[in-house]
Amino acid sequence: MKVTIDGIEIDVPKGTTILQAARMIGPEVAPPAMCYYSKLKTSGGYCRTCIVKVTQGSSANPNPMPKPVASCRTEVMDGMVVENFINPDVLEARKGVVEFLLINHPLDCPVCDQAGECKLQDLGYENGSSKTRYEFKRREYEMIDIGDKIKLHMNRCILCYRCVKTADQITNNRVHGVISRGDAAEISTYIENFIDNDFSGNVIDVCPVGALTDKTFRFKQRVWFTKPVDANRSCDKCSGKTRVWLKGEEVVRVTARKDQWDEVEEFICNSCRYDHKKKSDWVIEGPSPINRNSVISQNHYQHLNELKVQIMKQQKALGFMPIDKKP
Amino acid sequence: MGRKLLIHNDKVPNIHTLDVYRAHGGYASVEKALKTMTPDQVTDEVKKSGLRGRGGAGFPTGMKWSFLAKPEGVPRYLVCNADESEPGTFKDRYLMEKIPHALIEGMITSSYALGAKTSYIYIRGEYFYVARILEAAIAEAYAAGWLGQNILGAGFSHDCYVQVGGGAYICGEETALLESLEGKRGNPRIKPPFPAVAGLWGCPTVVNNVETIAAVCPIVNMGGEEYAKIGVGKSTGTKLISASGHINKPGVYEIELGITVEDFIYNDEYCGGIRNGKKLKAVVAGGSSVPILPTDLILKTAKGEPRLMTYESLSDGGFQTGTMLGSGGFIVMDEDTSIVKNLFTFSRFYHHESCGQCSPCREGTGWIEKILKKFLNGTANESDVDLLWDIQSKIEGKTICPLGEAAAWPVAAAIRHFKDEFIEIARKKKFVDISHYNRLNKLVS
Amino acid sequence: MGSQIHGTQDFDKTKRAEIKFSDEAIQIVQKIISRYPEGKQKSALLPVLHVAQAEFGGWLSPETMDYVASVLKIKPIEVFEVASFYTMFNLKPVGKCVLEVCQTSSCWLNGAEDIVNYIEKKLDIRVGETSKDGMFTLKVAECLGSCGSAPMLQCGASYHENLTYEKVDAILENYKTEGKLRSYTDLDYKNTL
Repeated sequence: MKVTIDGIEIDVPKGTTILQAARMIGPEVAPPAMCYYSKLKTSGGYCRTCIVKVTQGSSANPNPMPKPVASCRTEVMDGMVVENFINPDVLEARKGVVEFLLINHPLDCPVCDQAGECKLQDLGYENGSSKTRYEFKRREYEMIDIGDKIKLHMNRCILCYRCVKTADQITNNRVHGVISRGDAAEISTYIENFIDNDFSGNVIDVCPVGALTDKTFRFKQRVWFTKPVDANRSCDKCSGKTRVWLKGEEVVRVTARKDQWDEVEEFICNSCRYDHKKKSDWVIEGPSPINRNSVISQNHYQHLNELKVQIMKQQKALGFMPIDKKP
Repeated sequence: MGRKLLIHNDKVPNIHTLDVYRAHGGYASVEKALKTMTPDQVTDEVKKSGLRGRGGAGFPTGMKWSFLAKPEGVPRYLVCNADESEPGTFKDRYLMEKIPHALIEGMITSSYALGAKTSYIYIRGEYFYVARILEAAIAEAYAAGWLGQNILGAGFSHDCYVQVGGGAYICGEETALLESLEGKRGNPRIKPPFPAVAGLWGCPTVVNNVETIAAVCPIVNMGGEEYAKIGVGKSTGTKLISASGHINKPGVYEIELGITVEDFIYNDEYCGGIRNGKKLKAVVAGGSSVPILPTDLILKTAKGEPRLMTYESLSDGGFQTGTMLGSGGFIVMDEDTSIVKNLFTFSRFYHHESCGQCSPCREGTGWIEKILKKFLNGTANESDVDLLWDIQSKIEGKTICPLGEAAAWPVAAAIRHFKDEFIEIARKKKFVDISHYNRLNKLVS
Repeated sequence: MGSQIHGTQDFDKTKRAEIKFSDEAIQIVQKIISRYPEGKQKSALLPVLHVAQAEFGGWLSPETMDYVASVLKIKPIEVFEVASFYTMFNLKPVGKCVLEVCQTSSCWLNGAEDIVNYIEKKLDIRVGETSKDGMFTLKVAECLGSCGSAPMLQCGASYHENLTYEKVDAILENYKTEGKLRSYTDLDYKNTL
């Protein structure tokens, strides 16, 4: 099937969605996706950031589709013509979606462990507006404890449903879900307090924002001060292929490996994620491929001490107390 | 006096019982269909009748039926949408409460046409007492052999069940309804696939409104062509209109499609004019989600022609100067009504009823309500009107299901036709609900 | 938001062990389940939750929801997801009679706000609260499909329409005298008192 996206034609198999076809062409036409996850069945359709305009339905029926469609859940037809970044209406609509996602978001990036690898940050930066028009109190949820490994920060959640689908499809017992409705809807557990099974940690990796983070990594490091390497170990529960985040010789975090679209390549078990925090536990394969636009690729950690000295100098000049007495 | 096909017997004592209903010609369509017609012939009659979905969207029923996939060995279902929740609409409740057998008869005849061995009536939970009435009628129908095995010895077997909901407007959206019927949250599904291919438990399913299904009986009885002679153009047959608001005679009226709006509002046969001798200010003609129209535009189209109670005439002029027939929830407002406050009740409603699945509706409906609240508090600025307009435009068409549009349209229409009211509040920094005192008198007397 | 529904810490295993439908309720539940094809018993969830709410004090405790999950052989979270979605299920204790006053358009046009204020004053409670004697809980509701007979309120299965202050007095007096728990499944519903 031939489909044209932003003027670029590509041949794709039947059953391919517009978003998948766009990803085949490349990042220059691929719409952003906050809820779609190619590894999770029935994911997508909720966040509406990937909406595109179909200006020609197919060769057989050349009429345009009346409304913008969610590219992640719309299959291509032969001869379909799609406009994404070249269509101002799509960009304006997407800007609206980004605004909706942000009006109740706490914007607590400075204290959020996800900062630096947050899809909402990227989305806001690339498609959003620099000012907010929302003047009301942002929504706040009661903090609930969902176990000793995973931190739920509901205020940051964008209700992408990925973690629910992960629990349904990757683990054998889902104990959390989306409760209540409308803008009161939230991720929560019930009766069984804790999300605890061999693969539960994967909900952290699929979460696009800082709603589900690794408690064993909490407040330890900013991700851009760590160095991710691809590593493996022999594991009887999962493939053992992971990404190990190093700070010097210390393993500060273990996650699944992620692909170009920031999606998990293979889900990993909790034992690999939480119980092997020594460098000697792992066979290091080499540096992880990181998008060069990512703050993580800046590898500031190498220059940290240099940076600290600079900052202190500036602060002294301005008459501030030093941030650290021993540079 | 217009022709009535659905609720002509509503005042007959005990018409809710099978015996009385039968004595007044009830179940004739089942007899006719099962004994003298093939299922496809029934569908053809419905197609010829020009019947359009009475739940609000107005999609041709015969066409919807013909989309139903019929793979071998897979059960098909008919599901009746009795989740009537659109503000201003109460016709289905009236029909089911007064003449429950009219719906059950329609369920049997329609199921025969569709080849559905089982059907469900999904009724909103708040109508629990109506569900009881339906269940009693179904029990009567089983006892008399209208439901169950081998009905009338014609080889067609059918079971019909009632299921109550739990309180959620969104379940009136057909895929949310199916989710709810499966015991889940009422989150609308992402389409395609459409229910006609994968509906209830993944099986081909037709979802029709109560009134649509009930209308199948007269269509089969009189023939589709005869039915199509009633009405104007593509608006055929009769329609139940729920009339409420500041009128002398609120209630459910069955009209022939094609009477004038003016007639409907002022004729004693229908609404009987505006209460307390007040003047008409605005009308929401088809349930809360359709655009509100001021007096001049509801009585006459922009071209100056009298506005008719038809799908086409009401939508004449598009959303600039027209509206929609929708579900037939006809809300009339007198000269003292605050359009801003009325809009607030609508927006509060949609905020409350958003399922929360997709972001524009989840976040946008609440935002709209908060801004409208500012108008009622007298703290709004003129720029808030533009903001409201922008927010609604960013919800409309961007959501999974039509609730997004339903929430956006009333805001757009209120600003389009009554912008002055918003501006006045914003300038004076004060909101006064002048109709309050009239209402108080009514409550006391 | 959260505080209204998170009951996790209150889950009481001994209470849970005591929960069981009456024989009559079990029969109703079985009948409901039989309406759906084999293996689709989850479909019975909403009607069964209504039965459970009527059986166990007018609200759904975590223990009750856990019990319903076991009856329908589904996960407890599935029950909680559903029960918290629909407005008719109370996840916190309520008074014997829950008064739900419709407040949408047509009802507002006809004085719903005044009815709410009147009841608030009369029972000395605010919307969402329960009267001291545990008799009444006052709620506001969105369109209940009674626009032609506005203003109106629902209590259990009964619709009370074309309300005036006098009617409200009579309705409250009646319920108080009867002193019964009212639920949506009541058979002795009244329409248009």
